[in-house]
Amino acid sequence: MKMLEEARGKWVGSLNEVVIGATKQQGGTRTSTVTVGGEKTLPFLAYEGPTKNRPVVAMEIWDREPEDWPNSLMEALGDAVKSPAEWAKKCVEEFCAEMLCLHLMGTHPDFGNASPQSAAAVVKSVLAATGVPLIIWGCDHDETDNEVLPRCSEAAKGEKCLIGAVKEDNYKTLVSFCLADGHSLIGLSPIDINIAKQVNILVSEMGFPLDRMVMYPTTGALGYGLEYVYSIQERSRVAALGGDKMMSMPVICMVGQESWRTKEAKASAEEAAGWGDENTRGVFWEIATATALLQAGSDIMVMRHPAAMTAIKNVINKLVK
Amino acid sequence: MALKALDIFKLLPKTNCKKCGCPTCLAFAMKLAQKQANLDQCPDVTAEAKAQLEGSAAPPIRLVTIGTGNSKLEIGNETVMFRHEESFYHPPGIGVVIPDNLDDNELNARIEAVEKLQFVRVGAHIRSDIVAVENVSGQADPFAKTAAAVQKLDLPTVLMSKEPANIDKVLESCKDKRPLIYGASADNWEKYAAIAKEKQCPLAVSEADLDKLAALTEKVKAAGVEDIILDLTSAGISETLQALTAARQLALKKNVRSLGYPSLAISSSAQTAGEQVAECCTYIAKYAGIVLTGLHHPEYILPLLTLRQNLYTDPRKPIQVEPKLNQVGTVTTTSPLLITTNFSLTYYTVEGEVEASRIPSFIGAIDTDGTSVLTAFASDKLTAEKIAAFLKSDAVKDKVTHKKVIIPGYVAVMSGALEEESGWKVLVGPREASGLPKYLKTVWKSE
Repeated sequence: MKMLEEARGKWVGSLNEVVIGATKQQGGTRTSTVTVGGEKTLPFLAYEGPTKNRPVVAMEIWDREPEDWPNSLMEALGDAVKSPAEWAKKCVEEFCAEMLCLHLMGTHPDFGNASPQSAAAVVKSVLAATGVPLIIWGCDHDETDNEVLPRCSEAAKGEKCLIGAVKEDNYKTLVSFCLADGHSLIGLSPIDINIAKQVNILVSEMGFPLDRMVMYPTTGALGYGLEYVYSIQERSRVAALGGDKMMSMPVICMVGQESWRTKEAKASAEEAAGWGDENTRGVFWEIATATALLQAGSDIMVMRHPAAMTAIKNVINKLVK
Repeated sequence: MALKALDIFKLLPKTNCKKCGCPTCLAFAMKLAQKQANLDQCPDVTAEAKAQLEGSAAPPIRLVTIGTGNSKLEIGNETVMFRHEESFYHPPGIGVVIPDNLDDNELNARIEAVEKLQFVRVGAHIRSDIVAVENVSGQADPFAKTAAAVQKLDLPTVLMSKEPANIDKVLESCKDKRPLIYGASADNWEKYAAIAKEKQCPLAVSEADLDKLAALTEKVKAAGVEDIILDLTSAGISETLQALTAARQLALKKNVRSLGYPSLAISSSAQTAGEQVAECCTYIAKYAGIVLTGLHHPEYILPLLTLRQNLYTDPRKPIQVEPKLNQVGTVTTTSPLLITTNFSLTYYTVEGEVEASRIPSFIGAIDTDGTSVLTAFASDKLTAEKIAAFLKSDAVKDKVTHKKVIIPGYVAVMSGALEEESGWKVLVGPREASGLPKYLKTVWKSE
């Protein structure tokens, strides 16, 4: 294949490898771990080189029952959403999730105001119910996160969780706890590549290792700003392959969260005449959003619907042979 | 690779005859280099120089037109690998493959389904804009019948058959519509190239890999066919993605002329619908000029059309709507007035929800330099003063008499300042536009 060789990009850098989860031997209680990053090529281009670690799908669960998720999503998840541990178990045992993302929405002052202690208890219950690696995500309310996430970090000490998110103006508390408890960190930067780099620099200046950091450039659903994140992620992958070590962190995408709040996923058949089957429309929206972002360069896809997750896992397996 | 003015000058007659309209040959060369002049303006240029200049002036990926008239599809002429480097220019055709073995009822239903694959998103009309007819029967008559029935869609068409004679027969009646002939392969290319040349139609060319494909396009071109489409559909999504990317890379960066054509990829039907949607999305993102699929329900096609719309917007232009008072539905002076920003995505999301509520409303698009509600608020582009000034403006004065304004939930904090500044009653709407129908039907109704 002369042509394919000719087309090969000349890259000098690679993404950092981040390991999430720790087994008994490694000081935790996980039965499996996940490694992301390490890529040396543009996404899925085997002629440029092998994909070191395939992108992984994490299923999103909440610490409280969601209120406004569309029926087509709630029906797929069933009654398990009433208990975080049951929900986690169902994701792993029934839907074969390789990783979970526990979103602590119930700690938000406007959405339950659950205490740091109860959040830490939820973390423990999810860790006890399943053996897969865990992402722990706050409620994106800075003061609350600074109270809640340190307790969760302590509760999960040694489990090598991925915890987020730190921001340009709110990172010190969480960085010191994650450093002490052995977790990895998610750095949030709203569709801005310069802020992304700034967050990485600030966190690493506190002595936090680069190979325990993941970037969250925020996510836009298909039709709702996807093109902005798509280009930010492409630029960041190109920067990493070009050798910029401060942009070489793997990328996480909140695909489910963004896809399921779109009109295309939520609208009833009467509200959206001509848009097709109301029960599956959201699933395809989630699949399309995830697929596009995979092509831009993504490492962890956090998704909500089991059918969408399964489809994306199959597609990733076909793209990385 | 584009030639510099001096390189072009060396190939010109250097007579300074002024017949081209330029004072000197060098001036003409400079215009040619900037693509502001056409070589045809020089009557004395030698055939040899002409060939050389035209070769270098041609875009690295040829622009190919399929179909005619208003519905024609133009693809190719792309210039970059990443949209952030510049922009993607010619959105891929997205189309349904209709087999020729359907009975009359099925065929009509399928055509009707394809007709309905059109939608309005953020103020733009998007649709499935190409259709393919596949000769699965292998017979000439069903193929011709299906192709004739599909004509009523008035879309650019792809005629897919392994039998050159069957294609030839269909073309007797529709060659003026410039359908894409699909397609030539190693063992039959001569027949297809002859048909494409005679009927002046574009031709898709398939081969096992890029090396062989490049060799075949050269033969097809030598046989007199200029408008070529590379069929890069390979064994699976991984191979096809790689072929699409490599062909684009080679044409743009290595100046490989034999791959300098738009491409086509077909999704495999031997997988779930979700995986097919993902496969099509992959090809839309990565460089296909035409994406074909057997899927034809709106819940499958709408995501594809939306992705195309997203990725082919020009990243260099902030997308704004005109900042003004807009009306949705048949408004009266008592209709609700909602405030949002003039970022097109924000505005059209709000407008779409207001339409869905079926409550005629005014929407005030405030000039925030095309930024969203939160961004505009954070950067002082959406302030109580600005909204108050808008409410006091002549545009609003006579149109709305109730003096109540609905602001986005995310800027609830400005309520007090805005009431003071404007004298209007401020109602705090939902944070997300998706909450608007419910809000207008309940909260607003009770006001």
